[in-house]
This record gives sequence, structure tokens and C-alpha cells, in this order.
Amino acid sequence: MMNLKISALEFVEEAKNGNISVEDFIGKTLERIDSVEDKLHAFLSINDKALDQARELDKKIKSGKDVGSCFGMPVSIKDNMCIKNSKTTCASKMLENFIAPYDATVISKLKKQDAIFIGKANMDEFAMGLTTEFSAYGPSKNPWNTEYVPGGSSGGSAVSVSSFECVASLGSDTGGSIRNPASFCSAVGYKPTYGLISRYGLISYANSIEQIGPLTRTVKDSAFMLNLIAGIDPNDNTTVNNNNEDYLANIDSGIEGKKIGIITDMMGDGIDPEVLTATKEAISKLEGLGAVCEEVSLEMVKYSVAAYYTITATEAGSNLARYDNLRYGYDFPVEGYEFNSYISKARRNFGPEVTRRMIIGGFVPSAGHAGKYFLKAMKVKTKLTKEINEAFKKFDLLIAPTVPVLPFKIGEKIDDPVSLFLIDINTVTANLTGKPAISIPFKIVNGLPIGIQLLANSMNDKLLLQAAHALEQTVTLPEVPI
Amino acid sequence: MTKIGLEIHCQLTNLQSKLFCSCKANYREFGPNENICPVCAGIPGSLPRLNQEAVKKATMIAMALNCSTPEKIAFFRKNYFYPDLPKNFQITQLNIYGDTSVGGTGTISIGDKKIRITRIQVEEDPGRIIYEGSSSKNQITLVDYNRAGTPLVEIVTEPDFETPREVRDFLNILSDLLKNLGVADPSLEGAMRADANVSVHGGNKVEIKNIGSFHDLEKASHFEITRQESLHDRDIPIAQETRHWDDRRKITVSSRSKEEDLDYRYFLEGDIPWVKINPEIRDELKLKMPESINSKKERYISKYKISAQVADVLSSDKFYSDLFEEAHTESNAKEVANIITTELMGLEDTREKRETSKLTAVHLKELADAIQTGTVSRNSSKNALHEILKTGKTVSAVISELDLGNVSDETELLKIVEKVIADEPQAVEQAKSNIQTINYLVGKVMQATKGKADPTLTLNLLKKQIGI
Repeated sequence: MMNLKISALEFVEEAKNGNISVEDFIGKTLERIDSVEDKLHAFLSINDKALDQARELDKKIKSGKDVGSCFGMPVSIKDNMCIKNSKTTCASKMLENFIAPYDATVISKLKKQDAIFIGKANMDEFAMGLTTEFSAYGPSKNPWNTEYVPGGSSGGSAVSVSSFECVASLGSDTGGSIRNPASFCSAVGYKPTYGLISRYGLISYANSIEQIGPLTRTVKDSAFMLNLIAGIDPNDNTTVNNNNEDYLANIDSGIEGKKIGIITDMMGDGIDPEVLTATKEAISKLEGLGAVCEEVSLEMVKYSVAAYYTITATEAGSNLARYDNLRYGYDFPVEGYEFNSYISKARRNFGPEVTRRMIIGGFVPSAGHAGKYFLKAMKVKTKLTKEINEAFKKFDLLIAPTVPVLPFKIGEKIDDPVSLFLIDINTVTANLTGKPAISIPFKIVNGLPIGIQLLANSMNDKLLLQAAHALEQTVTLPEVPI
Repeated sequence: MTKIGLEIHCQLTNLQSKLFCSCKANYREFGPNENICPVCAGIPGSLPRLNQEAVKKATMIAMALNCSTPEKIAFFRKNYFYPDLPKNFQITQLNIYGDTSVGGTGTISIGDKKIRITRIQVEEDPGRIIYEGSSSKNQITLVDYNRAGTPLVEIVTEPDFETPREVRDFLNILSDLLKNLGVADPSLEGAMRADANVSVHGGNKVEIKNIGSFHDLEKASHFEITRQESLHDRDIPIAQETRHWDDRRKITVSSRSKEEDLDYRYFLEGDIPWVKINPEIRDELKLKMPESINSKKERYISKYKISAQVADVLSSDKFYSDLFEEAHTESNAKEVANIITTELMGLEDTREKRETSKLTAVHLKELADAIQTGTVSRNSSKNALHEILKTGKTVSAVISELDLGNVSDETELLKIVEKVIADEPQAVEQAKSNIQTINYLVGKVMQATKGKADPTLTLNLLKKQIGI
């Protein structure tokens, strides 16, 4: 059987050398998807033209034409990114029939490099959630144990990468939505510096803090993907110039002499002892590689989750206001309705978590309450950013577990939103401060994965990837049992 | 005492593209929903792309209205549901979290009165709603998003107006100023709109919306003042509310109270980073900014000795003052100004007439020179102007073709003068006793020459022949 488990870099090399026929690989990938999707539900839709596209690419390379650097690679895309003429649902009933009329910037960049979009990945509705249980089309399952949640909101992306339904994936990370499922499914999940990747075509949830990023099998693959999709975009005014940095070059520079701060506030009350042990092991491995590790406290972290939910609910309330079903959406005729009664009826198609957050989002920034909630949350954001900037004066990198707990069973926490919210404590800091952060698969305990998170200062993505690669080299994990 | 404050919306019609995308700012020539893209139609995933030119133009307006301009400006979201608003929020500006609007406080003078400007902000225009069908039962609502995202500048004033007349004078001055700056053509349908806040005797403020034109604004203010005065006279409290101008019945009507309770949940628009407006950018804009109407007027008076009235008329109209600037020389400035204000403005009083006119600045210059050198009389120059507007022929060609040349040949003119003296013995006697009456005889010579006689020469010859 063809090796579907190879990394992106290996795949591209083999495919470009002609050792792998794209048609064969895509065919085998589709077979794999066919055989495991019943158990995993990583995808919301599959690209039915993937095989045709594969044949075209095989012809292209045979005719001696130049081929793109992502040649023939099957990539899954979280279903909140627009691919022209394809359904983009955000795992919501609200966008059941929405066909995107344009390509997101990341999509057009990967298209140019001859990638094949194998399917749209499942997610929590509008990226709100951390288990994928809030998908309106049913949850994804953890490939390590299908009774367990795969994390979220980019759960489908993480599942598809770690269970070999694709070679790499793009997810989005608003408060941990790439890193959390990467940690739960043993994939590499990377949220770059805010502004490094264009968000044009990413359906907004909380636009001031979210980023697109890769989910891959290796850190090198993430660096490779970043090379292809990073950079300034005239369609997104928040993008920053990265001077065409090559993130793959010198990735094995090591971390000798680097100073790493251990964020104590992310390892306190409520942390699973297994996660704590794994983190300590990771720290001693880093020290073994010549890094100097020392504890650091970010006091604002204890308010970060509250601030995160206040800010994201406010932005979500505004970003999701456009779904009035007048111009696109789902089948629900407007005739006979007055505008306000129509939209309030049409908007009942949002799921419970989205509805909950929009109700919060209508309240926390409202006149008379903004001072107590929204503006206070913005102050926490400012203070947290100040604190982490101070920390980066002393440290090159920061370390913490990606998620303070192990994956849990599907349905176990769905009725307790607050305890779900609190699981985000280790991931939201990177979003609120705009810093890059990455989760590396580190350990399997009782058959469930634990990820370790590294953070770096803004635009120090290259250093972050070098450190993550160094740590990754110290780890060997068993194969996913599916 | 009556107080009126205004909120004026002005589209930056001279821009090429919309505020956040590359669709045309001039949406007027398109069929319904043809001038739209994912950004201005609010398609999921699209992001606003700020038109930097719009910010510059708005900054110019702020500077021209003597407003403060901050170093950095920010955009905010105003959240509310309305069918003409594709995103169900409007990207606009605010000053409640510090001075982040494109313009802060300023003033503008109308005569001796100063009107304070509260703030100037850049924002996007919504789409347009068209209601069709006669009865409310079969009425359908159509939405055209072509206008959505058109760059708007909102100018908010303090309640400094005391009469609707002052409001109208202010709007005329503002409209001239915007035209002069080259940022907008206020004459385009819907390009300039205003809401008014009216209160009497220090009572509650009533906002009037939905006023379609400046003319109606004056009428609506009148109506609202009368309405409030009559309530006040009868000791009936005036409710603080929003009222709509009913164009058909020419009255203001109370809006549903729901609209007043709207909470816009303003917060920073994260998709548009703060825009820095460095002193260098402001200096650059100042250099590009056309001279203000006031400064133009004063220059015309002091440099060319043009009368205050003529200078006022000339400077407040960009089209004519541009024409003047191009046509005039040190020596003929007064003459050019006179031709424009006494003749041309009457001949080219509509946009169509201006557009079809073949007159150029060169024509004007040559015509003024011809008058000054006595080649053509002021009287005949009117005929020449008519012909030039129609044909675009050169001044000399028109003068010779229409035989408008001055009779400045002394022997020829003398014959005519002698004839007039012979025909008008009574007038000659009168002129001898009262020199002022000689003008009657000059007029007769003009009549005989169809206005072509050189006036100075005629006068001199008449005096000589009569012996005064």
C-alpha cells in the first residue's frame, strides 16, 4: 500500500520526482477517507473533482511544465475559508447553501502552487467551541479513541491530518482553535503572529485576534506551509510585511543558549497531573538541548479567559450580524414577512453555542454595561500584552502545556459551558497578545495525546519554529490506532 | 429662542472607488446591484480595504473648516439591523474614546456669525431601499447595494443656528466650499443630505430625518419650529424624539420610538488599522488644497481692485473662479471679472449649458483685451460672447464676421457725431448748461453705430464739436 503517512515535504519531493503519481495518491487518500470517515467525521464535504485535478497535474508534470511547490498535495481546509464555487458552511445550518463566490487569499496562494483541496473540514459552528461538538452536522471523533473529543474548533483539520486523510490542513485559531485539537489529536498546530497570514476569505468570528495557520505532521511541514501562505495582502489591511522570510531555512539551528520562560500561571490549579508531568519532561528535554529554562509569571493570565470571551462575543455579535438570510444562507423564503420578524425567525437557525455567545455579545458592549465588561476586557488585553512584552525582554521563548487537561469524552462537558471555557486558559494569551504559538505532539498517556506549547515574540515565528523542531526531534510517538 | 444643529452627509463624489473596495464611487450609472463585489455586498470572509484617498479628501475638508486634525484616526463599527446595510453594521468614526475622527472642533463663518463644527467623520453610505406596490399589503421592498460603501463625510455642527435662513446660508457656503475643494459635486442627486436637530425655548431636542434636499431642510426646520412653538404656547411638553420629514404632506411625523432605543454597541473596527496622518501629510495636503473662498475674495479685491460684490460672487463659484484665474492678466483682471459676473453667469446658468459651451479662457482673455484696447465696445462684446459660446470661433474672427469692430476711425465717427448734433439741437443746448446730459448724445451716437463707437473717442468728439 502506498504510504499515506509521509510528511508534506517528503510527499512534494516524491511527487515532483515522479516517484508518486498524484492520481494514485489522491485515489488512495479518497479510499482512506471512505474507510475511516464513518468513525471520524473529519469532513463536511469532499472535493468530487479531486481525481480529475490529480490527473491534470500528472499530465502537467509529464509534459515538462513547471509545477508548483505544493504539487499534488491533498490539503484539507477548515470549512470557514472560502473556495470559489464551493460550499462554505462554517458547520452552520445558517450557511447550509452558501457557495463562496471567491477564493480566500490562502486558497488562491495554494492553488497557484498546485495543491489539491481534498475536502472541507468539520469544525465547531462558526469556530465557537473547543470540541467540534458544536458542529451543526455532528461532532468529529478523536482518532486515538473515537469516544473522545478531538478538540476544536479546527477538530476536523486535526483529525484529517493525524489519521492520514490528507497530508496537511489549514485551520483558524481565535483562542486556541488550531493548537487545542492539534494537542488532542497529536498533530503539529501553529498559530502565527497576528497579521502574518491574510485573513481575506476567512469567515470572521473575532477578527481582531484570529489567524489562519497550518496543522501538519511535522514542524518542518508547518514552516513549509507558512512559506507558501504568509505575507502582505492588499485585501487584508492588517497583514504585515515579512520580507519573504524563508521559515524552512536553518530550521535545525537548535536552541542552544536560548532562554525559555515557564509560564507558571498556566500550570496551576486544575491542571491534570499527567499534563504537568509531561510539561516537566519537555522542559528537561529542552534543557538537555542547551536551553536555559526559568519560571515566569504572567499575572493577567487569570483574567485572560474572561477577557477573551467578552471580546470575542462582542466581535462575534457584530461579525455574525450579516447572517440575515437575505442575500445568501439557507432555504427560507422572505415573502410575507416584515424585515425584523423575518430576520429574527431566520436567525433561529444558529446553534446553541453561537446563540449563547451572540446574546453575551449583545450585552457586554452595550451602553451602560460596556464599562463593566467590554472596556474592562480590553484593559486586560492591554495589560496582558504589556506583561508578555516584558517577559520577552528576558526570554526568547515561553513554554506551557497547550491544554491543561487530557482529551475528554464526547458529551462529557457539553452541558457545562463555563468549564469548557476554562480549558482555553493556556491558549487565549497568544491570541489576545497577537504572539505566535505552536503545539507539538509530545506524549501519549493512557492512549490519549498531550501537546506542549511554545510561544515567541511577535514576528519571531522563525525562532519559534526552530525551537519547536528541536523539541520535536526528541520525541517518538506510537502510531495513531486507526 | 430657537436652536438648530445639523448633521450633513456629503458623498465624496470625485473619488474613483468606494471607501473599502474598488467598485465605482459613482454608482449612478449602473443597473440595480451591478456595482457590487464581495466587500461592499458583505459576503462572508471579505474584509474592508481602506481607500486612503478618501481619508485625505476628508482631512482636506476638516482643514478647510478650520477643524483640528488628529495624528491618528480610527474606525468603529456602528451595529444595527437594516436591509440596506449588507453587514448589518456600518463602519464609521467616533470621538467618544479620544479624538480619533478625521476632524475635531472647528468653525465656519456665515456673515458675522460663527457656526461651530463639532466633528467630521468618514463613513460608508448604505445601499438604497425602494418600495414598490401601492397598498401596504402588496408592497414589496427592493434593495440596491450599488451605493453601499460609497465614501461619505459627515459634518456635525453645534446647535448654533437660530433661523432656517441661517441654515440655508450655511449650506450654500458649505456646498461652495466642497465644490471649491474639488472633493464633491453637491449638485448630484443624493450627494448631499442633512438631518436637523431643532429645539425652542431651551426645550427638548427633536431630530428630523429623511430630508431629501437642502430646500426641504429649510422647510422642515420652519415646520418643526412652528410646531414646537405652538406646543410651547399651550404649555404642552415637547417630547425628545426622532421625527421624519413627510415629503408629500410637508410635515414632520413622529418615528416609532423603537428607533430611539437603538444601542449601536460601538467598538473599534479591528480590520482597519489606525491611520497615521503625519504633519508631513497634512502639509502636503495643504499645498494641494485650493485657495479658500475667503482668501480668494480678498485677493481679488486687494490685488485687482475688483468690487467686493463682484469678488464675492466670483470667488464662491469654483467653475467661474477657475476660469477667471486662467483668463486674467494684471491689466485685464477687472474686465474679465466683469464679463464673467455680468454676462457669462447668465448665459451659462445650468450644467448642460456649461458643458456644451465652446468658450475657453483664451476667448475670455482676448475679449477683455479687445474691450480694453477699444477694438470692441462693451456693448458689442455681449454679442461676441453669444457667438463664441455657440461656435468657439476666435474673438477676432467673431468681431470681423459680425462686424462688431469699434468705429474708432476719427473721420468716420466725426461724420456721425456731426449728424447727431444736427438732429438734436435741444439736447445740445442742454448739454451746454449741464455737462451730465451729454450722455444722451453719446447714446445717440451708439445707436447710430449699433454700439460699436469707441465711447471715449465719441465723448471727446462731442465735447469738441459742441464746444465744451
